[in-house]
Amino acid sequence: MSFIREVELLISKRYQEQIFRCPVHLSVGQEAVAVGVSWNLNDEDKAVSTHRSHAHYLAKGGSLFKMFAELMGSAEGCCGGRGGSMHIFDNSVGFISSIPIVGSSIPISAGAAMAEKVSNSGNIVVAYIGDASLETGAFFETLNISSLKQLPLVIVIEDNGYSTYANKSVRVPENRAVKSIVEGFGIPFLSGNGDAIDEVINLSRTAIEIARSNQTVVLEFSTFRLLEHCGPNNDDSLGYRSQEEIESYKERDPIMYLIKKFDESEITFFNKAISDYVESEYVKAREVREIEFINFQKGFSL
Amino acid sequence: MKRTYIEAVRLAFDHALESDPSVMLFGLGVGDVGAVFGTTSGLQAKYGESRVFDIPLSENAVTGMALGLAIQGFRPIMVHQRSDFSFISAEQIINQISKTKYMSNDLYQVPLVIRMIVGRGWGQGPTHAQAPHAIYSHVPGLRVVAPSSPSDGYQLMRAAISSNEPVIFLEHRWLHQTTEEFAVKFDNSSIEQSKIVMSGNDVSLISLSYGVLECLKIAAVFAEFGVSCEVINLRTVKPLDENTILTSVTKSKRGVVWDIGHLLYGVSGEISSNLNENLFGQLLKPILRFGLPDEPTPSSPFLASKHYVEVDQALLKINTHFSLGISPDKLLNRRREIYPFKTVLMDQPDMGQVGPF
Repeated sequence: MSFIREVELLISKRYQEQIFRCPVHLSVGQEAVAVGVSWNLNDEDKAVSTHRSHAHYLAKGGSLFKMFAELMGSAEGCCGGRGGSMHIFDNSVGFISSIPIVGSSIPISAGAAMAEKVSNSGNIVVAYIGDASLETGAFFETLNISSLKQLPLVIVIEDNGYSTYANKSVRVPENRAVKSIVEGFGIPFLSGNGDAIDEVINLSRTAIEIARSNQTVVLEFSTFRLLEHCGPNNDDSLGYRSQEEIESYKERDPIMYLIKKFDESEITFFNKAISDYVESEYVKAREVREIEFINFQKGFSL
Repeated sequence: MKRTYIEAVRLAFDHALESDPSVMLFGLGVGDVGAVFGTTSGLQAKYGESRVFDIPLSENAVTGMALGLAIQGFRPIMVHQRSDFSFISAEQIINQISKTKYMSNDLYQVPLVIRMIVGRGWGQGPTHAQAPHAIYSHVPGLRVVAPSSPSDGYQLMRAAISSNEPVIFLEHRWLHQTTEEFAVKFDNSSIEQSKIVMSGNDVSLISLSYGVLECLKIAAVFAEFGVSCEVINLRTVKPLDENTILTSVTKSKRGVVWDIGHLLYGVSGEISSNLNENLFGQLLKPILRFGLPDEPTPSSPFLASKHYVEVDQALLKINTHFSLGISPDKLLNRRREIYPFKTVLMDQPDMGQVGPF
């Protein structure tokens, strides 16, 4: 979790250098879900994500170098620079894809789950989605067919309450009962606090066990997006979230939660090693990108 | 007073909402703090949440609702922050909206506008940079417009809202910060009228949307060498203003089409074909076309710079194709003097605009 936080904060801090040259949807505040779910996955299990994919990719064992390189538009990125932050694909770690068209990743995940089922692999697929996905037709259609075909799929909803800048209150009726909707399709529904890593680990263990017996499960976690929807900045500059709301986050920060569970000195040491590693991967990726940039300039006249 | 494109479109919405109570405006981001890049700022406060509102992330359903509203007496405008998102609405647009008037034996008018923004630059990538004007133009029953300036933005949006047929309004993200001084008053100009934005006799440059700005740069450089270009701003892709195009190319006998979409099966091919059908034998050289290659748009600025057509590349190609006989070095040097681009990564409309857009 601290590792993912360091990565995201480095991108945020260095974004103004204009080296990370693509839209970025950072996961700061939402790390615990990715880490807790991945804790229970085998290497052969698959994951599919959305535009906010960095935490999911890294937690699945993705290469930080390849991710940095992808964000820099380098040929050594996990998609050769073609996709950028919003399209992270890396089959070598079972990270099938990230799809930035909200909702469209859900049926693709179900298709991948069907592939695992018919090939009797014993693997499951995790589809990470945001709360706005529940407003798409694709979500409902996929619940129906996944239940019908008994697919080994875990749909993980990260509910951060916002769709870009739009609060849930303008998007869904008050007291919409997601649990009833999901259970109405004959699909088990579990929900919990996405800031608490131990709770995420326990709930996702249960969900993944159910999925391994060829059953679709929906797992919903409440989370908090600390930074803006897209970009490197804090989310207090636009003034659409109350200061109270942002302050309340400090009580919820999943890293703070983690620190409270561990010995303080241990955490300090831990962070130093992590930040050194993150910085060194950044430097490596940047060097590769610099050479590509020089070669690019040679073929370009101004 | 100069106005930005953003301000022009915002005023078009404002004036339409004010003058006609049946006009409604909705889409993802319309009511939020970002206000679709500022183009809907203040409108919800002014006209109320029943006429101007944000929507759930349910574009297909909401597009169907727009049709339901339109055939029951309203004039809805639906907004997509990226044209790529309109494909979620495609069933309603292509199977329903486009055909309702025809299927109902003209019982229904379908006065609705679907506005969509074409992204470019700063790593937009495969699913945030598509320009689907050719796709929608292919469907009978849809009109497709693509402004290239603030005044175009204002007039075409007003015209689209007034139209009794469904209009796809394609807007390039790189127009947003462009400025222009113009009278902010609906001139009732025909949606079907293209405009000559620079007159000339030697080469006709036909383009739309952001491509018009590139063609104006090309025309300015060639003017330095005594080659006079006529630049045509299509404004409307469908129906095509054939007369304006034909008149120009009949005069110049040299035609260039610059599209912001893909070359294959696209608008440039349609215009080229039209010119060949009408002017076969009169053209000095085949029509020259610029557009995107048959590959998705890459995110990487290195790859994207090769994906998009650049002004220098077009200058050289036009020079060779029409045997204009200008020294390539002089041509490029002159371009550098007139338009000293300051970046090699051509993924920003100008240095003032930094991503993530």
